[in-house]
Amino acid sequence: MELARVLGTVVATVKTDSLEGRKLLVIQPLDSDLNKRGKPAVAIDSVGAGKGEIVFWCRGREASFPFLPSEVPSDCTIVGIVDSVFLDPGRKVESKI
Amino acid sequence: MLLAKVVGNIVATQKDQRYEGGRIMVVRPINPDGSEAGDDLLALDAVDAGVGDTVVVVREGWSASTTATGSPGAAIDSAIVGVVDKVE
Repeated sequence: MELARVLGTVVATVKTDSLEGRKLLVIQPLDSDLNKRGKPAVAIDSVGAGKGEIVFWCRGREASFPFLPSEVPSDCTIVGIVDSVFLDPGRKVESKI
Repeated sequence: MLLAKVVGNIVATQKDQRYEGGRIMVVRPINPDGSEAGDDLLALDAVDAGVGDTVVVVREGWSASTTATGSPGAAIDSAIVGVVDKVE
């Protein structure tokens, strides 16, 4: 899993049936100091995340598991909203936003 | 699998239910000599690793989710599956 910030939403009227009702978000992957890392990606939300929030996301086949028994086509799914990141030694990077 | 050092953890109240009870650690991949070897990632802890420990991280989802939660089918793509005593 990796950290990311939610940049915004994606609106797609025409989409495959199994994406119906799912929220698509644009995320910017982050390193553990919450600096940008790599290119933005489109993720499906499974936890009610919104713009500006720090989240963590899962890649690959497992990204479709939160939606079971629905077979949602996803390789990038937001699976948690981050309250805080604690880094050694005792450094708190982000408090709840 | 890869060698990594545990450098921290994150707290997330709102998360996928399969993460309940698990600890989500920030791990930094390292080479056998201890030098850094890539970007940090998050891994669910299956072995009670602590900050500062050198660990083995599996980055294949099926294995990771089964090991970390006890059953397959969880949205988990990385898990800590061992605490390294030494690399010879």
